[in-house]
Amino acid sequence: MSDAATMPAPAQAPAGRTPLLSIRGVKTYYGNIIALKGVDLDVHEGEIVTMIGANGAGKSTLMMTIFGNPRCREGTITYAGRDITHMPTHEIAHLGIAQSPEGRRIFPRMTVFENLQMGAAIRNFAHFDEDLERVCTMFPRLKERLNQRGGTLSGGEQQMLAIARALMSRPRLLLLDEPSLGLAPLVVKQIFNVIRELNEREGMTVFLVEQNAYHALKLAHRGYVMVTGTITLQGTGKELLENPQVRAAYLEGGAH
Amino acid sequence: MEVFVQQLINGLTLGSIYGLIAIGYTMVFGIIGMINFAHGDVFMLSAFIALMLFLFVTAWLGIGSIAIALIIVMIGAMLLTSLWGWTLERMAYRPLRGSFRLAPLISAIGVSIFLSNFVQVSQGARNKPIPPMVRDVIVLFERDGYAVALSYKQIIIMLTTAVLLAIFWYVVQKTPLGRAQRACEQDRRMAALVGIDVDRTISLTFVMGASLAAVAGTMYLLYYGVVSFADGFVPGVKAFTAAVLGGIGSLPGAVLGGLIIGLVETLWSAYFSIEYKDVAAFSLLAIVLIFMPSGILGRPEVEKV
Repeated sequence: MSDAATMPAPAQAPAGRTPLLSIRGVKTYYGNIIALKGVDLDVHEGEIVTMIGANGAGKSTLMMTIFGNPRCREGTITYAGRDITHMPTHEIAHLGIAQSPEGRRIFPRMTVFENLQMGAAIRNFAHFDEDLERVCTMFPRLKERLNQRGGTLSGGEQQMLAIARALMSRPRLLLLDEPSLGLAPLVVKQIFNVIRELNEREGMTVFLVEQNAYHALKLAHRGYVMVTGTITLQGTGKELLENPQVRAAYLEGGAH
Repeated sequence: MEVFVQQLINGLTLGSIYGLIAIGYTMVFGIIGMINFAHGDVFMLSAFIALMLFLFVTAWLGIGSIAIALIIVMIGAMLLTSLWGWTLERMAYRPLRGSFRLAPLISAIGVSIFLSNFVQVSQGARNKPIPPMVRDVIVLFERDGYAVALSYKQIIIMLTTAVLLAIFWYVVQKTPLGRAQRACEQDRRMAALVGIDVDRTISLTFVMGASLAAVAGTMYLLYYGVVSFADGFVPGVKAFTAAVLGGIGSLPGAVLGGLIIGLVETLWSAYFSIEYKDVAAFSLLAIVLIFMPSGILGRPEVEKV
C-alpha cells in the first residue's frame, strides 16, 4: 500500500475547514446483518468525491443512510454544520441535498415534465422555467420527451432524467449513485461531462458512487474504496488510479 | 322504454353516490396499499353529521332557503368528516405503518365496528328521518300513463357529484398536492428523497377521501331522507365493489365502477327481482374479475424498469 494513498488529508481537501458533509463512525444494519461497519468520510464544498467498490460493498446503503433511510444505528452524519443523523428524510432534502438514487427511481406514471416538477417541489417552483431550460440544455433528449411517461424512457434517458430531477432543486450537494450503470459508453461519457461541467462552472459539490472506477477516479478530486462495509483506501483520484491494489481489483480489463 | 329511462336516471343517481365513496377506497389503496374497511362507516357518520347540521341550520338558525342550507350542510359535513378521517388515520393506521401487512387491515375493521357502535349508542338504533328538503319533480315525458320523472334531488346529486369530481380531478392532476400524492403512490421512498413529507401526504389523502364520503353522505341523506347506524355497511361494500370493478387504484375507474354498480342494481330491480339486486351487483364483479383481473381501468402490473 503506497503511503500517498492512505494519507488522511489529501492535497485537494482544504485542511482546517469544516467539510460540507461529514460522516463519522456510521454503522448501518439490515435487521441483524451489518452493512456499514463504521464509515468515516468527508466531502468538502466544491469537491467531486467518489466512492468505488464492488457489488454489495455497501455504497448504495451509504447513500441512503445519508438520507436516513435506512437510519444508521451508530455514528453521526453532519451536513453544513448541522447534525442530520436523526432528521426525517424529507427534511434532509430541504437542506439542499439531492440524490439520483440507485435504480434511478423515476416516477413511472408521471411525464418527464412532472418528474422534473417533483424535483423542484422543495423550491416551490421559484426559477422553475429557468432551471427547466438549464437541464434541457444539458440533456437535449429530455426536451424532446417532456410529455412522455417516465416509465417508457430508455435506461440512458431515465438516468439523465434522474440527474436532471436532482438538479431541479438547485442542490448544494449532489449525490449520484452509479450514474453509468448499464449505459452505452457514449452516454456514460456525456453524463460524466455534465458532472464535470456542473462542478467546474457552478462549483457544485458532488459525491459520486461508482463501479466504473476508471472514469470515476479520473473525474474526482478525491476517492474512497469500500470493501464489504469498510473503507479500505482513500486518496486523490490520481493516487488511487495509480495504486496497485486498486488497479488489480477495479481497473484490470476495465474501461480504459 | 319508459321504465328503462326512469331506471337509468335512478341508477345514475345511486351510482354517483357509490362513485364518491369508491374514490376514498381507491385513493387510500393507491397510496398505502390498504383497504380502508372503515370507509363505509365514515360515510354513514358523515350522513349523521349532515343530519345534525341540517336540523341545526334549519331549526335553530332558521335559514329558510333550501339551497343555502344545503350548501352550509355539505361544507360543514365535509369539514367535520375530514377531521374524523384525519384523526382515524393518525390514531388507528399510522402507528401500524411498517408493521405486517394485515395489521392496518384488522385495525380498519376495528374502526368500522367502533364507528357503527358509537353512532348506535350515541344516536340510537332507530332510523333518523329528516323532513323532505326538495320535492319538485320535472316530468320528462309521459306515455301510456307512465311518467318519466327527473326529480330536483336527482339533478342536485348528479350536478354536485360532477362538479366535485371535476375539482377533485384538477387537484390530483394539476396541483403540487396531487403530484405529491401520485409520487407517494408510485414510489414513496423517492418521494421522500425529493422532499415530500410522506406522512402528511397520506394524511391529506385520508382527508380528501373522507370529505368526498361526506358529500356522498349528504347526498344520501337528501335522497333517502333517512339514515341509520347500519347504513355504512351495504353502501360501503357496494362502493368497494365499485372500486375493484373499475380497477382499484384508478380514480376514473372508481367513478365508472360506481355508475355501473348503480345502474346494474336499479335495472335489475326493475326487470328482475329487487331481492336479488345485490346478488346481481356482486356477480357482475366476479364475472368481470375473471376476464379482467385488474378491473376495467386498472393497470396490469407491468412497468419497464
